[in-house]
Amino acid sequence: MEYVISVLLSGISVGGQYALIAIGYTLVYGILRLINFAHGDVFMVAGLMGIYFTATMPYSVSIPLVIIITVVLGFVIERAAYKPLRNAPRMSVMISAIGVSYLLQNTATYITGGQPMTYPVIPFLAGTVNVAGTHTKWVVIITPFLVLALVVALNQLINHTKIGMAMRAVSKDFETSRLMGIKINSVISATFIIGSGLAAVGSVLFFTNYPAITPTAGAMPGLKAFVAAVFGGIGSIPGAVIGAFLIGICETIIKGLPSSWDVSVFSDAFTFALLIVILVFKPQGLFGEAATDKV
Amino acid sequence: MKKIIALIMTTVMAIGLTACGGGGTAGGGSDASGDVIRIGVFEPSTGDSASGGKKEILGMQYANAETPTVEVGGKTYKVELVMADNGSSADKAPSAASELVGKDVSLVLGSYGSGVSMAGGPKFEEAGLAAIGVTCTNPNVTAGNDYYFRICFLDNFQADVLANFAIDKFSAKKAYCLGENGNEYDQGLCVFFKQVFEAAGGEVITDSFPTNNSDFTSYLNKAKSEGADVIFTPVSIAYAKQIMEQAASLNIGIPFLGSDTLDDNMVLEATKGTNLQLYVSTFYQEGGSETFDKGIKEYINGNSSALAANGGNDTISAVTAMGYDAYYVALEAIKASGTGDKGAIKAAIPSVKWDGVSGSIAFDSIGDAVRDTAYIKTADTASGSWAFEKVQTGSAK
Amino acid sequence: MKKKEKSFRIFIGISILLLFVILLENLSGFIPGLPQIFQPTSPLFTVLKKAAVYSLVAVSMNLLNGFTGLFSLGQAGFMLLGAYTYAILMVPTQMKEQVYYLFGGCAFDFSLLSACEGIFGTGGFGGAAAMILSCLIALLLAGCVSGFFAYLIGIPVLRLKSDYLAIATLGFAEILRAIFQWQKLGRITNGANMIKGFPTFSSFNITNSSGGTVLRLSTFVPFLISALCILVIMLLINSSYGRAFKAIRDDEVAAEAMGINLFRHKMMSFVISSFFAGIGGGLFAMYVANAQAKAFTSVMTYEILLIVVIGGIGSVSGSVLATFLYVACSEWWLRFLDSELYIGAVKVPLLRNGFRMVVFSVVIMVIVLFFSQGIMGDQELNLGALLKKIRVKKERKE
Repeated sequence: MEYVISVLLSGISVGGQYALIAIGYTLVYGILRLINFAHGDVFMVAGLMGIYFTATMPYSVSIPLVIIITVVLGFVIERAAYKPLRNAPRMSVMISAIGVSYLLQNTATYITGGQPMTYPVIPFLAGTVNVAGTHTKWVVIITPFLVLALVVALNQLINHTKIGMAMRAVSKDFETSRLMGIKINSVISATFIIGSGLAAVGSVLFFTNYPAITPTAGAMPGLKAFVAAVFGGIGSIPGAVIGAFLIGICETIIKGLPSSWDVSVFSDAFTFALLIVILVFKPQGLFGEAATDKV
Repeated sequence: MKKIIALIMTTVMAIGLTACGGGGTAGGGSDASGDVIRIGVFEPSTGDSASGGKKEILGMQYANAETPTVEVGGKTYKVELVMADNGSSADKAPSAASELVGKDVSLVLGSYGSGVSMAGGPKFEEAGLAAIGVTCTNPNVTAGNDYYFRICFLDNFQADVLANFAIDKFSAKKAYCLGENGNEYDQGLCVFFKQVFEAAGGEVITDSFPTNNSDFTSYLNKAKSEGADVIFTPVSIAYAKQIMEQAASLNIGIPFLGSDTLDDNMVLEATKGTNLQLYVSTFYQEGGSETFDKGIKEYINGNSSALAANGGNDTISAVTAMGYDAYYVALEAIKASGTGDKGAIKAAIPSVKWDGVSGSIAFDSIGDAVRDTAYIKTADTASGSWAFEKVQTGSAK
Repeated sequence: MKKKEKSFRIFIGISILLLFVILLENLSGFIPGLPQIFQPTSPLFTVLKKAAVYSLVAVSMNLLNGFTGLFSLGQAGFMLLGAYTYAILMVPTQMKEQVYYLFGGCAFDFSLLSACEGIFGTGGFGGAAAMILSCLIALLLAGCVSGFFAYLIGIPVLRLKSDYLAIATLGFAEILRAIFQWQKLGRITNGANMIKGFPTFSSFNITNSSGGTVLRLSTFVPFLISALCILVIMLLINSSYGRAFKAIRDDEVAAEAMGINLFRHKMMSFVISSFFAGIGGGLFAMYVANAQAKAFTSVMTYEILLIVVIGGIGSVSGSVLATFLYVACSEWWLRFLDSELYIGAVKVPLLRNGFRMVVFSVVIMVIVLFFSQGIMGDQELNLGALLKKIRVKKERKE
């Protein structure tokens, strides 16, 4: 029983962290139809900044600063690497995203010298707590609630503000909303800002829990978050969150299966297999709207 | 038009760079006839083994600073280290190896990581260049390659030592082995450990995690719920660090056994201030040689890039000591060759004997070092340093 | 008539190139005292070999991404299949025990090489014939295995739209990698360990009885095989199937309306591309002298994709040119960026480990953003036309 609880707990915390990245994916994909491969690396960069800033500044300054700079980074990436390609074929934009991801990873290798970096111990979050006989960190308990709060806030933003309405309009029909006088570029920038901000929050939670950061630390969580976004139905925020939690829990359950089965190595493979099954049988995901193909 | 400009630009760049590359190599060739002997350093400084590779280079650099010349046939030569980064990956290794061959080195040291050594090995063999592995412990590095030697012990020996230690110290009946999927180092050690441990009547559970995994709590909890007496984690540094941190927060309470990769100050740092028990088998224990300890600490603290390469403090990793010894073995081989010619050096290596800081080094017929002991040390979690546990020999063969 | 002339020209061009490679490789054997760069061990030949292998993979990816408009990111997975097929088939029977030492031998005891040697003998011409024949068969089988898997994978995923297809194929490559690394399959795939001991490019060097090398062919062989495969791809592209592929790329709906069976053609392009990626994987195994699943990550796919983009999506000659430039830059010319450099007493700033890759990724971003056409756009390299253009320009100036 203790074991089951511990597996579920880590599943929930992994899922929560994927969720925060997945929201960024789903928003960007909903609007630009772009798999932002660099998103996972933005998440990694936020983690690295967390290390460098907290080394010189108190937490109350450094963590907001990390979030702000990550937001700026997301904004700059969009302006520099995606905006010039607005009218180019979709493949070029995706290649540009891969290029950005390559650049961020290589720069991180250069700066860190390829050494795994240690994330600072943030008081309280990194403290341990005993849940039903299992030791765990506070961050594991807090993550799902924080995610929930952020999703509610985001839902308010999207459903009840002007920029939210614009976002919904753009994701429905890019061209028409442009004709209706929506400033496409600022809407897209807003999406990237929200996505990167959440990735920064996600990085604080994720790396407090798993404190070693390597330059490739963002790649896998990034891809899985994307799968979560597809699973939940691309463009749908609650969908992405539920997808992320499901994937996180499934993954830890697979890892936790008896060793004699020797299937725990397939926890990543399972995620991708799930993706393919979803894409083939229910491409709109759990909560996505059925896409009508316009010619 | 744009296309033509692009084409012209790339051609100009290409020509310019050919000139650079060509110039560099040509320059390297002409110097060799002077009073310099080059030793190639085939180590990763990017990729996932970068951390270990850099520490190994550090030992060589210190040795080079200490003894920058070698006397061959009555003439004094300056020894120069030529670096090539093999990027920790088997597909970059051949070109890094041929980069060294192209720079006209007399022999090669390295690499940290067996996979890259095996990928680079054929290039050295083809060029008739001897390579001395420093800490590549996989049996297949030297087997089938006449030109590859090594000064460290092998995986099967190390696993044997640790399995015996687990039985001796903890009277362990059940062991949980965790390695990275697809990493020959991890999996090899797990298999050998299992062989020895089960032969001694124990039970072994093996498990693997996918590459780039960061959540180890499920694995650790599994080990606990299955009632393992020891956890054996022969993984690379970044994962080891992750595992230690998570084990500390889970309050796992089972002793950890680690291979030589875990003998790293990043891992040590992760255990500081916790109640973890970590034991690693390694090549060298700080305090083994007073003069070396003192010298290298001065060297590390006196040089900011060396300090950064060592992870920001002056704890001596075993790989650094091994790098240091490898350099001196190389010098011995050069001296014994009498000419400094790569063919003569290769012929001289098998008979080289050297009393290094990590113990005496001699080679057997395959080219492996003759070693029958390993140091076991434990992480002193209060002070954040390594404490010597014992010298462990393998099971009697 | 004109078409015949053109293919004749291509044929002559490739022959000259191949002859040149043989000559270059053996130059140091004929003329002693050449600079280091011409020695057979120089980085030049390592780069040439790798580029020859990668150019085949890049062209195969271009066939899919550039000519059919299917954005697939599964190339590394198909290379993995090819590399393992080649490696498993070509490890000599007597070596299997040593290679599979962790698993107590291989479950698959058949070795194509040993079988062929059984027919032709091991020494002299018989041995050479056995090796060449078994090598070719193994490479073909490598292609077939990977083509077959592509067919299976294609049935579900080829119905997907562009970026979904990309992520699904990427996922398949990851799944394949996990399966090949699984210790339970160790008796076939050698688990995490690498498979080695099979013939590599160097095995093709002709040696005399005392072991001295008479004629080096180790760079020529990858050039020959890649050139042949690329030629086949070009023939395909210029056939009616190729035109159908391009029609699908330009407008699926219009293509369908013209009577092109979308799924069949997509599948065909996918399978053929994977077939050649499989052969490329076999060649890659020969280049690195081992086969290990760890090498075939998504990073490898991205690398190949970037090569295709730099060369120009939809240009075969562009892909080939870009491969040679890319490999030479990343593995050879830019290496000096990784070491600290002093000009006089001044240390050049920024230069240290890892800087090479930063510069490299910046260059790639510049190309992607500002020269999105790549080196060649969708044109093919045409030396005749280029010369003509230069001549016309000169005349105009005069």
